[in-house]
Amino acid sequence: MGTVPIAPEQASNFAYWHDLIFYTLSALTAVFTILVGVLVISFVIKYKKGSNADRSNPPHESKIMEFTWIVIPTGLGLVMFFAGAKLFLDMRTPPANAMEVYVIGKQWMWHSQHSNGVRENNTLHVPLGKPVKLTMISQDVIHAFYIPEFRTQYHVVPGRYTQQWFVPTRVGRYQLFCNVYCGTQHSEMGGYVYVMPPDDFEKWLENGGDTVKPMSLEQSGQKVYNRLGCNNCHGAKSNMRAPSLAGIYQSKRRMTDNSVAVADEAYLRESILRPYNRVNYGYEKQMPEYAGTVTEEEVLQLISYMKTLGGAGDVEGAPKTLEMDPRKGSSPVPPTSSTVGAAGAISAQSNATPGQRPDQNSVGALAAQAPSKN
Amino acid sequence: MSATAYRPTDVKEEEVHVKEPSYLEDGHSVKSWLLTGDHKRIGIMYLITISIFFFVGSLAAGLIRAQLVLPANSLLEAETYNKVFTAHGVVMIFFFLLVAIPAVFGNFVLPLAIGARDLAFPRLNLLSYYLYLLGGLLATTALLTGGIETGWTFYVPLSSMYSNGQVTMAIVGAFVAGFSSIATAVNFIATIHKMRAPGMTWGRLPLWVWSTYATSLVIILGTPVVAITLLLVVFERVFRLGIFSPELGGDPVLFQHLFWFYSHPAVYIMVLPAMGVISDIIATFSSRRIFGYEFIAFSSLLIAALGFLVWGHHMFISSQSMYQSVVFSLISFLVAVPSAIKIFNWTATLYKGHIRLQTPMVYALGFIGLFTLGGLTGLFLACLGTDVHLTNTYFVVAHFHYVMVGGSVMAFLGALHYWWPKMTGRMYPDNWGKVNALLVFVGFNLTFFPQFILGFLGMPRRYAYYYFAPQYQPLHILSTAGASVLAIAFAIPFFYLTRSLKYGAKASDNPWHATGLEWTVASPPPTHNFHETPVVTREQYEFGHLVPEVRAIEESDKARRDAEIAAEHAAEAASTEAK
Repeated sequence: MGTVPIAPEQASNFAYWHDLIFYTLSALTAVFTILVGVLVISFVIKYKKGSNADRSNPPHESKIMEFTWIVIPTGLGLVMFFAGAKLFLDMRTPPANAMEVYVIGKQWMWHSQHSNGVRENNTLHVPLGKPVKLTMISQDVIHAFYIPEFRTQYHVVPGRYTQQWFVPTRVGRYQLFCNVYCGTQHSEMGGYVYVMPPDDFEKWLENGGDTVKPMSLEQSGQKVYNRLGCNNCHGAKSNMRAPSLAGIYQSKRRMTDNSVAVADEAYLRESILRPYNRVNYGYEKQMPEYAGTVTEEEVLQLISYMKTLGGAGDVEGAPKTLEMDPRKGSSPVPPTSSTVGAAGAISAQSNATPGQRPDQNSVGALAAQAPSKN
Repeated sequence: MSATAYRPTDVKEEEVHVKEPSYLEDGHSVKSWLLTGDHKRIGIMYLITISIFFFVGSLAAGLIRAQLVLPANSLLEAETYNKVFTAHGVVMIFFFLLVAIPAVFGNFVLPLAIGARDLAFPRLNLLSYYLYLLGGLLATTALLTGGIETGWTFYVPLSSMYSNGQVTMAIVGAFVAGFSSIATAVNFIATIHKMRAPGMTWGRLPLWVWSTYATSLVIILGTPVVAITLLLVVFERVFRLGIFSPELGGDPVLFQHLFWFYSHPAVYIMVLPAMGVISDIIATFSSRRIFGYEFIAFSSLLIAALGFLVWGHHMFISSQSMYQSVVFSLISFLVAVPSAIKIFNWTATLYKGHIRLQTPMVYALGFIGLFTLGGLTGLFLACLGTDVHLTNTYFVVAHFHYVMVGGSVMAFLGALHYWWPKMTGRMYPDNWGKVNALLVFVGFNLTFFPQFILGFLGMPRRYAYYYFAPQYQPLHILSTAGASVLAIAFAIPFFYLTRSLKYGAKASDNPWHATGLEWTVASPPPTHNFHETPVVTREQYEFGHLVPEVRAIEESDKARRDAEIAAEHAAEAASTEAK
């Protein structure tokens, strides 16, 4: 912990004006406190009992003095009132062209939903320099959606919609807090607001809440397949060193011990991780064992890819290249993955502290992680 | 002694002893204390009880500060932490601050100060003590048997529909204690109206009696509202009666209106008596007529009145109407003015005084500093544009601790040191008191000033941990270090005051050369206060008959004024002659 911060960053259109009023009030506070302090201390020193100070004609009241110290503070107070009220009325009046995002608060997480259906948990992505209006409601108790760097927050109430708006003015990652005590895991109810350059944001929104298009299982499997160079031996053209994988899924395989196995998921997994448990008839023990080098996730991806490698008739053809559109893939991609994508766009992500809050996924994961120590 | 001894006619019939036993010596049995009607004994019972509650509340505060040293929850689970801060709030507000100055010193000193024999309704007074005790026991039981994690504000629908634990019992405790407040306030108002000694006009009342009067009005007008509101929460919780929860067709924001309608004025219940005590202490230890008596007295009433019109400043971002917020903000700025009037008048009182820096005065001067800062930081929260960012953060925590600890608790300690000789008949070591008052001042600032910065940085209150925002840690460490100093500073008076009961020098009737009527009777006072009904012939803060230096100045001033007037007359006469 290098320096102790004493002021938050200014990251919205309201931050500058808030700080201007805040610092003015701070200056007035300092002036009056010091004035009173200096007067009290100097009177105490000068008029300490037994001192030689002149005490003749002590005043007991003075209409002029009372008038002075009523009118000056009242006047200054009114100026500050108007400044604060002006800023507040701005904060309460979203412009007509504001981009609308819906926010739902519940014990103990935030959901936000963009107009095209992209949903986020405990995060909110917004474009730089554009007015954003949040329409908010709570599913249970009262919460407050608070972004200190934006200097703005508003209660999120069950049974009624509330609104707040802002224009983000600085790219970065900013803390999001729930700021009305809402029960046991209140401290946990937060996340991050990501301010992105408008183009990045548009891309992010189009990609369903990700900076790169999410890949289907099959696509991922193909990537792993290529990385590991499976094609070198299992390629469709050559059956010399290893059987072709074209149409392998659910095909009957004859083993060196003459037994027959159906190439289902379990068989394929075993053949990747421990290929020598059962070897196909006519082949040597040449394949490396992948147990320990590929993860279970990658095995699943590989199997999904193998399933796409056509029927037995396609032996001639090379493994087909998959169409890169996740929405047409056979296994749907959850659209909620968010921070993975944001990581690339925003440098702030890289210095994320260890043990930061879970930014997505299920409530269960959130709750489970809540009391963990770092 | 017994309650029957309170009929005013008894005074005349009673024989005047050479040395009447003090109220402390008048009966030693437990029963003579528990069933007493004597305002002084009831005041002492309150003092002991609130001290215990203060200890409990401080213990909770210590746990809170210890927890927040590390960003990850190191000491308490989130649930336990929530219960601890709720206990801290409930105990400190309902069972310490709201009762501390009014019930202890109001009870003990008020009748003495206005020349009355007791409060108007001694039995009601005893009942109000037992209601308070019952409420306190209920709340303590709730906190010990499962606890509550709603926060002292009991926001719905969390408290009525979602939170587990002993919410109902705690609320009933606060409800019962509320009736204790009401009974005490009725008693004070009746006493101040009807039982002032001859010559004790409204314009001669000690200023702390004025503020106690204003406080009592606030209690009577506000407490019933919060009592019924809390009861409605219980109805919703127990019978699923839809009042506040939208699931049952209620309105959660309505609760906030009703709650703050009382709970903002409640801040003035805590701080008005403190201001009154400070007025008295400053006049006494400056041996100086207080500057602007009427302004200080009327500012108390103005605070009491305006205090009822600012509750909405707790709700600027809670979905009340935007224009409502603007009006509440304006009135909140205005309510700062009467507080400013008091501070400037106190400062002006020091001018040309004969200032003695004894323990109560050091507390009073500390109060001026802390309350000034506490009051001014309130403007940040009355101001709409800044409140949106600062509300519910540590800025708010710091602000109200400056007002309630820096203000009310400092004043309570000042009052305790001021009236201790009268209450016990013993003096405490003044040097210990003075040094300790400074220690409280330093420890307090170290604890709470960093919290202003924490709040500006956006640290929300009521967080059990902040591992996701470790930038807040250095200021939390500073704050906890201050709290350690403060804990020691709060503990020390307990020891030297207790010790003084046995070893302290005997106190004279008027050790501070103060002008209040309570200083004309013995220390400790006899059970019946006054042998004869006193007749007041002086203004409240005239020190000429007590302090020779003041008398000399008054006489020389009078002589000079007379000479000036004579010279003017002479000049006038000369000019008319010339014509």
